[in-house]
Amino acid sequence: MSHAPVRDVRAGAPAPRRGNTLSRRGLPRWAQPALALVSVALGCGIGLAAGWESRVQWGLVAALLFVAVSYTTTSIVENRRQARDRLATSVVWVCFVLAVLPLLSLIWVTVSRGMKALDGYFLTHSMAGVPGFETGGGVYHALVGTLEQVGLATLISVPVGLLTAVYLVEYGKGNLARAVTFFVDVMTGIPSIVAGLFILSIMLMAGWSPSGFMGSLALTILMIPVVVRSTEEMLKLVPNELREASLALGVPKWRTITKVVIPTAVGGISTGVMLAVARIAGETAPIMLLVFGSQLINANPFEGAQSSLPFYIWEQYRVGSEASYDRAWAAALVLIAFVMILNLVARGIARWKAPKTGR
Amino acid sequence: MAKRIDISGLSAFYGSHKAIEDISMTVEPRSVTAFIGPSGCGKSTFLRTLNRMHEVTPGGRVEGKVMLDDENLYAREVDPVAVRRTVGMVFQRPNPFPTMSIFDNVAAGLRLNGSYKKTELNAVVERSLRGANLWNEVKDRLNKPGSGLSGGQQQRLCIARAIAVEPDVLLMDEPCSALDPISTLAIEDLIGELKERFTIVIVTHNMQQAARVSDRTAFFNLSAVGQPGRLIEIDETERIFSNPSVQATEDYISGRFG
Repeated sequence: MSHAPVRDVRAGAPAPRRGNTLSRRGLPRWAQPALALVSVALGCGIGLAAGWESRVQWGLVAALLFVAVSYTTTSIVENRRQARDRLATSVVWVCFVLAVLPLLSLIWVTVSRGMKALDGYFLTHSMAGVPGFETGGGVYHALVGTLEQVGLATLISVPVGLLTAVYLVEYGKGNLARAVTFFVDVMTGIPSIVAGLFILSIMLMAGWSPSGFMGSLALTILMIPVVVRSTEEMLKLVPNELREASLALGVPKWRTITKVVIPTAVGGISTGVMLAVARIAGETAPIMLLVFGSQLINANPFEGAQSSLPFYIWEQYRVGSEASYDRAWAAALVLIAFVMILNLVARGIARWKAPKTGR
Repeated sequence: MAKRIDISGLSAFYGSHKAIEDISMTVEPRSVTAFIGPSGCGKSTFLRTLNRMHEVTPGGRVEGKVMLDDENLYAREVDPVAVRRTVGMVFQRPNPFPTMSIFDNVAAGLRLNGSYKKTELNAVVERSLRGANLWNEVKDRLNKPGSGLSGGQQQRLCIARAIAVEPDVLLMDEPCSALDPISTLAIEDLIGELKERFTIVIVTHNMQQAARVSDRTAFFNLSAVGQPGRLIEIDETERIFSNPSVQATEDYISGRFG
């Protein structure tokens, strides 16, 4: 059975004419970007005319001009409400640019200066026998050190942090849970040098010697609270209905947690873990105290001194020669790339494991 | 299969607040018992005490006896997990597991309770989906996520998930309140079929629904806000809707209440 398209008999009848209309005078869509361009041009012009050296001053003038110009233009052409809307929008844009610029500039400088020394040789060789002020040598020993120290720290802190978060969200109530939350919060604020000194004192008391693993222990102290916090927030986001649905099927609580709650939150949890990894991958102080740093490849994290990327950067910078500066920048680039790759992997896991919504 | 429930002197608490007080009634096997009453009178709380889901809520506590045939659900040696396998539950809002496919959702109860053979699971999933009148709609996309179904289909998926573990009793907490009339009809028909095999208890705000699907109806009420809810009357559905013995029931059913 097919129908002719239904037509409302009232459709197309002339609209009643009233005093007020809904339409108003408005700026065209290209007005905002055009105003931005004009402000930047004006900013450069004023900067040139006044003979300011600093491009930062030019930019600030342009940003202020942009906010002011878009507010006044809109309030003249449109009305005050639109003008305030435009004011808020332009302030948001200016803040966004202010926030992103340093980041872009940092990446730009690191990439442009780091590429000088970065090549296959750099990634696969250590500094063994290379005097600091000469070219050559590489970052391999530091890369191995960072991978092992961060890997071990992750291996220890993810289970501890995950289980703590599960306890806090699913089981904890009363004083113990409150105490755990409090101490996790306190731990979040521990400076890395304090964590390093803490492990150092244990190391000296127990008569152990410096090794990559000692560094991992200090990094673990820094990592656990971050993992607990982020995992806790993610577990709290899992709707209670899912827990009840599972319990009502006669599934024991621990299986509900492992098979329903954690899988639902795993995307967020992996992102949190990666943020924690990114945080500890850049730590230098505990490595100086506990791993000592080395010019040689030492693949055994449980014995002998190791290096790590942040430590290597600091070491090369301290040498103070042209060649060592290049190496420091290249190592910085490697460190940033390492963290970025980890983040991409975490994003991938999050997308792959995320609750499906499509059909 | 299909057990009888005898409740005597049951009270439920949230912390120090008493939500329902001194309820005694019997739920007949292979029949549908409907709970009606104003919001906040403790229908859902009472329903949740019947499979020990009430104590999952922080501060939840129960006094009294719930006899499932000859076993007291609140006896010291009874395992709540075992109770919930025997007394299944369907919730007000459809809540399929978002990380699982349609197949996995239905198989969840079995799979999470132990390992099952693939062929066995296939059979159970098909039987349950057929039982929930959903098989024909989803048989070609069993590996698609369950959250991609429409609201009514999701609710039938949840019913399939609940009956897949072969419970003796099925508790339904306003299973149609989030659904359109056609999906509601589908689920009401389903309830009619399911009562051949299960004991069904349904909470509903829809009086017509109670009249359509249930054999016996219980009316709950509370004397004032903050007071515990009580069972006012339970009888054959026909009598409750035609000639109730308590004035409050008649007022509520005819809409003269509050």
